[in-house]
Amino acid sequence: MLEVIELTKRYGDITALEKVSFTVRSGELFGFVGSNGAGKTTAMRIMLGVLAQDAGRVRFDGNVITPEVRARFGYMPEERGLYPKMKVLDQLTYLAQLHGRSANAAHTAAEHWLARLDLRERRHDEVQKLSLGNQQRVQLAAALVHEPTVLVLDEPFSGLDPVAVDMMSGVLREQAAAGVPIVFSSHQLDLVERLCDRVGIIRNGQMVATGTVEELSAGAVSQLRVVVPGAPAGWARGLDGTRVLSEQDSTTLLELEPDADEQAVLRAAMEHGPVTEFSKHRLSLAELFRHVVTEGSAA
Amino acid sequence: MNTPEPGGSLHNAFRSATRSVTLVARRELRTKLRNRAFLLGTVAIIAAIGGFILLQMTLLAGAGTSTVALAGQATHISAELERNAEQLGLTVETTTIDGDEARTAVEAGDVDAVVEGSPSEFHVLVESDLNERLELALSAITQQQVMTAALAQAGVDNPAAVMAQASEADVDVTALSGTTPEDNQRLIVGAIMAFLLFFSITTYGAYVAQGVVEEKSSRVVEILLSTIRPWQLLLGKVAGLGLVGLSQLVIIGGAGLVLATATGVLEVTGVAVGTLAWGVLWYLLGFFLYATIYAAAASLVSRQEDLQSVLTPVTIILVGGFVAGFNVMLHDPGSTAAVVLSLVPLLAPILLPGRIAAGDIAAWEIGTAIGLTLLAVAALTWLGSTVYRNAILHMGSRIKLTAALRQART
Repeated sequence: MLEVIELTKRYGDITALEKVSFTVRSGELFGFVGSNGAGKTTAMRIMLGVLAQDAGRVRFDGNVITPEVRARFGYMPEERGLYPKMKVLDQLTYLAQLHGRSANAAHTAAEHWLARLDLRERRHDEVQKLSLGNQQRVQLAAALVHEPTVLVLDEPFSGLDPVAVDMMSGVLREQAAAGVPIVFSSHQLDLVERLCDRVGIIRNGQMVATGTVEELSAGAVSQLRVVVPGAPAGWARGLDGTRVLSEQDSTTLLELEPDADEQAVLRAAMEHGPVTEFSKHRLSLAELFRHVVTEGSAA
Repeated sequence: MNTPEPGGSLHNAFRSATRSVTLVARRELRTKLRNRAFLLGTVAIIAAIGGFILLQMTLLAGAGTSTVALAGQATHISAELERNAEQLGLTVETTTIDGDEARTAVEAGDVDAVVEGSPSEFHVLVESDLNERLELALSAITQQQVMTAALAQAGVDNPAAVMAQASEADVDVTALSGTTPEDNQRLIVGAIMAFLLFFSITTYGAYVAQGVVEEKSSRVVEILLSTIRPWQLLLGKVAGLGLVGLSQLVIIGGAGLVLATATGVLEVTGVAVGTLAWGVLWYLLGFFLYATIYAAAASLVSRQEDLQSVLTPVTIILVGGFVAGFNVMLHDPGSTAAVVLSLVPLLAPILLPGRIAAGDIAAWEIGTAIGLTLLAVAALTWLGSTVYRNAILHMGSRIKLTAALRQART
């Protein structure tokens, strides 16, 4: 289990992170979402020890992280990078060794991942001679080649074609199934919603929500779509805990407060005629995110 | 950064640090040794040194012996000419020749000079000009001849005895400082060593700088720093490249030594071996002194194109020190300027080995220079690694040196 506890980081007067906390359990895929500059990369860099925090802690399985423990973490930085003139196999073997694997184990693991990611024929090529897509695969292999105990991936899906997205998703699910806690950031919120067990939304350096998408949407507003043919216009205005979003012909779209009772709305609708459609729609992660972010900018 | 757990195995931490440094160093070593530039560079320099030695050899051979053909009356002076020339440091081989063939022999280059005529009035035929020492040797014979005749005419009974007495008269020379051929050889050995050190430190220092920027510009540095500490990466790089430079220095120095000794150009082999040994020590001191400066300077920029701008100040110090010090040293290795310059930490690694080779140096000077340089290595390594640690993850525009240093304190 990876625990991030009240991380704080300042650059002069700018607060990059303010008491950010979250937990990623073993075998859990944790999606880290937020606007550009919200603090995702800063938090990830601190987790990897690339950057020093001003306050707060990161713990793994209940213990402070020593350099030896951290050496077993796998990391894919937002700024991708490998030695351009080093051969693919040599590069992966070298990185696995730096992460503490023996020479033999490193070589075996490098060969394994090259085969797994369809790069076997390219293993004696320099990285700079590979296509961009293949370079991305080597980058993924670089994060996995030492059998990491934790995976921290900064925007692993950015710049991937749809086939590579599927491959990446598959590998992440596989690693999670093997018990590895995984944190990754992404702007592709539909993907995060589909893939992640839990998500955390960060805004201006503060964690504003963590939980499963269901938990988050249950705690947020939802939408009601009510179709009452023949009802007078404006029938739904002023109902408790609701706000009319749109009225078109017989269709009314309402926003429902988290604790409001939708049955009261149904009863009110039935007073104006036969209700032909009544549906409640929970916000998707993308809608939730937009909601949280606009709430923040309004505040 | 999180500090290691107190009471956690320090021993393990040390072992894993050593392992990381070794791995980084080995990668640098392999990459450079596999590179053709290393092989070609080494071969080219050995070839240049070989060329220099060959040149010395021909100069030595040409300067030391001269073939002279004697014709007519001059055939009798052969023994006297050889003896006179020997005293002047010239080996003369004499042959006899028929006067008619003189011109052909000189033109063909079979002989350096043909001497004809009576001892009181020699006529010398040469291709372009007469060897100075040969001319002196011949003049001495003529002068002796003329003087003997004059003495006899003046009524002296035994002119030969007077001449013998005159030739024994000598000046009493007391040399306060003199240069012998050995001193010159020592100076040349010292100069070559200074050049090799200058070359090795600048070349491998530049490799360190390029390596630092390569890791920064390719962004691989962030992956590396997620598993090893900045100082481990820096130390591994410096140690790996330093070792490559050291092996090149030893190969070149050794090859030069063998070539020069085998061809007989070098007469002070002991001095040269000693110089090479001192050279190795000073290379290590000098490389560690400059490598962290190079690395720190390089960490300030993110692209190879910007590298030159930050390396120029470092290069100016090295080149300026080398040129100034080299001239002072060749002019007079014992001068105050040479002594002072060779003690300055940034210049000592290049100049001091030269002075040690020249021989005119006190033990306290060597000790002081080593001590001062070690202090400078400690100070600059601390400063350099601080700058490196703070600047290495800063991407984009060039970071100011003062900013990189200031971050250290917060």
